[in-house]
Amino acid sequence: MATDLEDVLAVAAAWRAEGRGVALATVVSTWGSSPRPVGSQLVVDDQGAMLGSVSGGCIEGAVVLEAREAITDGKSRTLDFGVTNEQAWEVGLACGGKVQVYVERID
Amino acid sequence: MKSELLKALNLGRTEGRPVALATLLDDGGQWLIDESSDGGGPEVIALLARTAIVEDRSQVVDCEGATLFIQVHNPPLRMVVVGAVHIAQALSPMAARTGYRVTVIDPRGAFATEERFPGVDISNEWPDEALRRIRPDGRTAVVTLTHDPKLDDAALQVALSSDAFYIGSLGSKKTHRARLNRLERLGFDKTACDRIHGPVGLHIGAESPAEIAVAILAEITQTRHMAAKLALSQGPTV
Repeated sequence: MATDLEDVLAVAAAWRAEGRGVALATVVSTWGSSPRPVGSQLVVDDQGAMLGSVSGGCIEGAVVLEAREAITDGKSRTLDFGVTNEQAWEVGLACGGKVQVYVERID
Repeated sequence: MKSELLKALNLGRTEGRPVALATLLDDGGQWLIDESSDGGGPEVIALLARTAIVEDRSQVVDCEGATLFIQVHNPPLRMVVVGAVHIAQALSPMAARTGYRVTVIDPRGAFATEERFPGVDISNEWPDEALRRIRPDGRTAVVTLTHDPKLDDAALQVALSSDAFYIGSLGSKKTHRARLNRLERLGFDKTACDRIHGPVGLHIGAESPAEIAVAILAEITQTRHMAAKLALSQGPTV
């Protein structure tokens, strides 16, 4: 059965092949009650299109902003979100868990 | 990530090969590792990646003081559904959405049609023939739903001789007892028969075909994650 529409890595490759600027965000660590497991991915392009998820929706906004920065400057970054992190309060990680997300540009 | 690396990663996934992408989070160094290649990186990283593949777990590990993230891409889980019945119509799309590659087997041509199962792999072979071809492995669930011993038993005999991580069979307690008696007469002992989940699915009072599909998928999910935890506590097998 076709699951291609949900295949983040296939979509990332296809978008890049079209010449779009593309960044990939991956959950690398979680602590406590994090909504998406390690390995969950979100792909973002330079026009604001996105597919996949790295949380239940709480941190996607912040991750998309960082992803667009990464598309511009080409630098990979590791982002920490959690209840002890002020940024997490701003973006509202309501589950009380912690999550670490790696963001990289597809060159 | 370099486009070439992403392409190689996607090729491995398309071909159904176990592959892992190792990334040093501090400097972005990346290697694609599989059974035969260490991706041109250090041996220690290839070793850690292969261990993660066996554990089937993406994870951050310490690699000589550096932080290494290993993302494991194992071949897709598979679900073989015997009986192209109403419950199968509800179960197939749910299972696909959960990450299973679904095959529906039913030699009765009127049941297993593209119209009733759009986008699903359909086989009109006899269940034992089809299962022998599919060869269920440790990432495969087998569910029989026909209620017809001719079809279900044929499938179960092959499934019980395989490494399928889940085997479930639709039917009441009485039907299930009769089924186990038949299988015992065919030489399957109690340990083998105990592998069959019957009546199939978690006990959630399911009534409609879709509810029964939820109960079955929930039980398969439970079995998969419990089995993985058990294997981990016993350490890597390779």
